[in-house]
Amino acid sequence: MSAWRLTSIASPRSARLKAPVMSLYQVQKLIYELNRSPEHRQRFVADRAAVLATYELTAEELQAIEQPDIGLMYVMGVNGQLLMHYAALRGFEWDAYIKAMRDGLAQHGAVRTGLYVAAGSLS
Amino acid sequence: MSLVFAGVVSHAPGITGRAQRAEPAARDRFYAALDRLRLEMEETRPDALIVVGAEHFANFFMNNMPSLCIGMSDHYEGPIEDEQWLAIKRRRIPGNAALSRVLIERVMQSCDVAYAEEWKFDHGIMVPLHFLTPRYDLPVIPVNINCQGPPLIPLHRAWAFGKALRDACDAIPERIALVGTGGISHWPATPDSGKINVEWDQQFLQRFLANDRTALLGYTDAQTHREAGQGGFEIRTFLSVAAATEGQTGQLYCYEPIPIFAVGCTVARMTVA
Repeated sequence: MSAWRLTSIASPRSARLKAPVMSLYQVQKLIYELNRSPEHRQRFVADRAAVLATYELTAEELQAIEQPDIGLMYVMGVNGQLLMHYAALRGFEWDAYIKAMRDGLAQHGAVRTGLYVAAGSLS
Repeated sequence: MSLVFAGVVSHAPGITGRAQRAEPAARDRFYAALDRLRLEMEETRPDALIVVGAEHFANFFMNNMPSLCIGMSDHYEGPIEDEQWLAIKRRRIPGNAALSRVLIERVMQSCDVAYAEEWKFDHGIMVPLHFLTPRYDLPVIPVNINCQGPPLIPLHRAWAFGKALRDACDAIPERIALVGTGGISHWPATPDSGKINVEWDQQFLQRFLANDRTALLGYTDAQTHREAGQGGFEIRTFLSVAAATEGQTGQLYCYEPIPIFAVGCTVARMTVA
């Protein structure tokens, strides 16, 4: 569950002692399953709340997914290879998707965990 | 017979999906190099094409992530992404399960791999195929190296895998083409999308084309991540091709940094002895 921790490359002891980011995994699993299954996407479009209820998500995650707040999802540490498809599914064109991530950094602060902690230097 | 062809290409989704937004001259030089590679591959009359890719959670997820996986099906499908988004139409792609099985069993003699009888190709394989087998008439054997996020297979194990793949190819009568596909430096799907570390790329390519094993295995993931972005983890696919052609050098057909494609667009061929 700590697959996206940048720190796991170096694995300092302080990082190893932190609690795993379980619900971020659930957010990513939702997007993975949406990407893989047209039926899952249809269910999601028809009754989003029912689909989301099957994942263990925090209130902040639920709100970010529902809205959608692509920038906040990026800041939470959702992997971009998943997030870019969720953004497209929710109608974001390429430039709007990139802008949403930059806005997310401005609004919510640095990426909290994962590979992108050090990214965003252009924004 | 053996390995008859080896090369590397980029695979970023923008290459097809955002084609109209690229600087036309650079884009067309890149496309021409891809076509050159296709023609040269066809001249070697391969019976099958192994694509060593670095997919992006289309099939393999953190619930059960193999470091290495080889497809074993008579057909695959792709792209998994939206057809308009990638500008590649969804279709069935021929495979060869029997040939895959022979290769997998050979590779397993020295290297543990997973296998998959079902595989939905994402842009990581579809973009190369769009240019290299546009008629989709060549059986494809997909291979995945997890390059998405740690824990990642160490570079020396990616090298060992490339060697095992070569040994497997050389042990069978079929003529096999091998193409590795990944980015060099890039920051895909981040606000830094479009950033390219040209200097880093050029040094890496120099080492790759010289097939300098020591230099290639000298990279660390922390350094690569810092200087070449998380997309730089995909150098594993290049290393597997270098290992499969160890002792031989390569020729660069194209290196064009194209920001809207989010990568330094690369086409190279390695000599196969």
